[in-house]
Amino acid sequence: MSTQSDNQTAAAGNRSSGWVVFVFFMIGLVASIISGWVAFPKLLYSTKQQPIDFNHQVHLEQMGGQCNACHFFREDGSFSGSPTLEECKSCHMYPMSGNENEQKFIDEYVNQDKEVPWLIYAEQPPCVFFSHAAHVKGADMQCATCHGDIGHSTSLREYQENRLTGYSRDIWGKSMLRLGEAEHGRHQKMNDCAECHLKETGSKGDCFQCHK
Amino acid sequence: MKIDRRCFLSLVIGGAVGTTLTPVPWKLTDDIAIWSQNWPWTPVPEDGPSKFVKSVCTQCPAGCGITVRTIGDRAIKIEGQPDHPVNNGSLCPRAISATQHLYGPSRIQGPMKRAGERGQGKWEKISWDEAIKTVTEKLAELRTRGKPHTVACISDTDKNGSSYLLDRFLQAYGSPNFIRTPSSADAQELALYLSCGRQGTMGYDFKNADFILSFGSALMDGCNAAGQMMSAFGEMDKKSRLVQIEARLSDTAAKAAQWVPAKPGSETVLALGLGHVIVRDGLYNKAFIDDHGFAFEDWQDDAGNTHPGYRSLVQDHSPDKVAKVTGLSEKVIESLARSFARARRPVAVSGLGSAAPDSLDQALAVFALNALAGNFQKPGGVFLIDEPDYLSWTEMKIDKTASAGNQQPRVDGAGSERFSHTRYLPNRLPEAINSAKGDSPVQALLVAGGNPLYTLADTQAAKKAFEKIPFIVSFSTFMDETAEQADLLLPHPHFLESYQDVPTPHGMSETVISLARPVVKPQYDTRPTADVVIQIAKNLGGFIENAFPWKNYEDFLQKSLSDQWKTLETQGFWSDSKSRDISLDEIFRTSSQRFEFFPMSKFAAMNGNGDAGVEKIELPGDIAKMPLVLVPYTSMRISDGAVANTPFMTKTLDANVLLENDVFVEINPKTASEYGLSQGDKATVKTRAGQAEVRVNLFEGIMPGLVAMPAGLGRTGFSDYIAGKGANVYSLVAPAVDPASGLNAAWGARAAIAKA
Repeated sequence: MSTQSDNQTAAAGNRSSGWVVFVFFMIGLVASIISGWVAFPKLLYSTKQQPIDFNHQVHLEQMGGQCNACHFFREDGSFSGSPTLEECKSCHMYPMSGNENEQKFIDEYVNQDKEVPWLIYAEQPPCVFFSHAAHVKGADMQCATCHGDIGHSTSLREYQENRLTGYSRDIWGKSMLRLGEAEHGRHQKMNDCAECHLKETGSKGDCFQCHK
Repeated sequence: MKIDRRCFLSLVIGGAVGTTLTPVPWKLTDDIAIWSQNWPWTPVPEDGPSKFVKSVCTQCPAGCGITVRTIGDRAIKIEGQPDHPVNNGSLCPRAISATQHLYGPSRIQGPMKRAGERGQGKWEKISWDEAIKTVTEKLAELRTRGKPHTVACISDTDKNGSSYLLDRFLQAYGSPNFIRTPSSADAQELALYLSCGRQGTMGYDFKNADFILSFGSALMDGCNAAGQMMSAFGEMDKKSRLVQIEARLSDTAAKAAQWVPAKPGSETVLALGLGHVIVRDGLYNKAFIDDHGFAFEDWQDDAGNTHPGYRSLVQDHSPDKVAKVTGLSEKVIESLARSFARARRPVAVSGLGSAAPDSLDQALAVFALNALAGNFQKPGGVFLIDEPDYLSWTEMKIDKTASAGNQQPRVDGAGSERFSHTRYLPNRLPEAINSAKGDSPVQALLVAGGNPLYTLADTQAAKKAFEKIPFIVSFSTFMDETAEQADLLLPHPHFLESYQDVPTPHGMSETVISLARPVVKPQYDTRPTADVVIQIAKNLGGFIENAFPWKNYEDFLQKSLSDQWKTLETQGFWSDSKSRDISLDEIFRTSSQRFEFFPMSKFAAMNGNGDAGVEKIELPGDIAKMPLVLVPYTSMRISDGAVANTPFMTKTLDANVLLENDVFVEINPKTASEYGLSQGDKATVKTRAGQAEVRVNLFEGIMPGLVAMPAGLGRTGFSDYIAGKGANVYSLVAPAVDPASGLNAAWGARAAIAKA
């Protein structure tokens, strides 16, 4: 009996005390929380600038207020996405204004016959089959419903790229916990699709509708 | 304060707990999932504007029109071409999955010469110049030695421009040995020639027929006729009836209004029995036979000898006798005959797309039923389609060497006194080589299309024969079973990379020419066979060079198809229904200018040799030792021809057709119980030609005493994804020579089965 008690005392004398252990626990806890909330997002995302600061507002006015002047449906019904150099060149073969961004575009891309490496905020992985025709033509939706009022912006915002996946932060959304009301065009995960589909069609849809 | 291991552990635990309270684990899990999809070996679909290119699938003789969707230089999807006269939008899985062969690992990527022993699979890459030089030198040498006739060429067709140029090359060079690989069409073409005097194809207006009597034709099985049948079925009147005579409940039989399981090999007797009833009851078309028939009644030749006509020939085929041979009841035979004769627009069809070839007499006996009904050259009937006439039949001059070579007898015996009307006898080629004393009668073999070492009956004998040929060139697109045994590979591009004309497919009742064209750029260093042939001709010089005044194959096609080329370029096909308007007075080009019933009896009488008719082809082998009969069958999901299944197609096979690497044979439960076999059992099937390990699938839809095996499996070539699955049924079925034509008419093989 006494031998056992002696052993316990001896062991306690050799060990760090309880509060020291607690302090270390708290250090670990607090440090990880801070790094997880503050450092992690900065580490995960790199900030990039678009190759040309594009003014949607000016173009929208010039093109008669129609998004589909540049972002059009092809004859086969597929969506063209961002205009190619060929399409831009149909107006911008030569400078049309004194704008420095336009000059940069002509010098660096038109004259060198190089496609502009636009960073696409809404780019989805290849495993996602998304039909613009079904949404815009079929369901009569507005571009702004998903992409926000980008048509009236005068400048392109910075592009935050997920270092791991290579896709834009817009897909996950600004909030790391995906809390709060979805900002138009800034929440494009699968659940966001499903949420809207549930509201509009009564069903979240089936896997194979998008993952073909 | 003492800092020890516990402090460190609690720091880590605190860190772990804290991390769970941050977005790190949740966000990273999601991101890693997406990151894993970005690995460079994950296939990603092309993005960009689509184009739709109209072309034609050349993988089997069906000639179905296709529309290929491309993005950039990538073929994405193949669909049936709407409004194409053959298939009208429908398509088989083989054509749909053709891109898998285009981009798959079975392709031969450039010219190569053998580096090791034959069949060892060791190859050395060479340049096209060297490859063509090697062939040219070999051919020049044989010609100098006065042996041009020892060069043979095997092709899977003799109807398109490419095969025409090959044949022309052989003629200019001095060899009569152009050989077409065997198919169910051989007997049909010969029957058409003998009874109607035309080289061409039989066309059936299935869409408008109200009674289709099919003697084992694979109308809805396999792919040879499926495109046109699927299209015709969609447009047929619901009251139309399809009757399928076949020992197995095939897809065609299942789709038919009536399935008549007659014993296999008894089709000729059945057709004659139906003729008996129709003649006996006077149900035949008297007007047609009076005006356009010959030898229906007994007839006299010029010397005044009397020969039996059709009426006499069917005399002893009374229903009771026919019932015994076919296993059908007299009632069924009587009612079939009456339904056929009383239908307004009946057609009788045999041999279209079936895995086992018809005998000439079966082809003639079935074809004669159409003449009894007199339903030629009218809607819902039979139309006779000529061989394509668009090929530029420019005259050519040949030198003495060529002329001497061309006069040598063909190595396969076709066109000889015995088989004077048969154009090609591919199944006699192995025997001719194997039985020759001394040097092989074939010193150089050019295999341009077709895959004889897979498709020839008794492939072992064929392989043995090939071993004796000193020089074999394969023009195959894929590393197929024949290419594996070749000395030189001169790969032809895939059909989505090159031009190819496709003339009227068998069974079509109007003239249709389709054009396969480059849909994407060639993936590898390949050249169209016809281009290579033209180049070799130019290298050989002299008369041979002069016979080829074209730059290349495209140039040849453009000049040959001058009027149709533009239509072909824009529409993908050119069709002409003029042949449908030819009147009965002009359609028969026999010496009597009439449809000739049983021409064989006429020839037999004239030549004084041969039998008047061979009603049943007896299969070789000992019935006591091999009491069962192995019959091959085709399936739309298995490619039974020269080119193997795509892996996608193999994936569609049910687990009672192919399980891992085991092929199933269908056996009636009754027969299976006699041999103590139950579902899924492993067994060995033995025939005279060979044996195969199989599994057993009990099937009520197969006649007792038969073992049915799908054609098209058991490949050794192509790629690891394709080879080694199941067994090749052709290798088990030895040829049975049809004495009337010399063609192989083995409708099966005597077989034994034992539990493994």
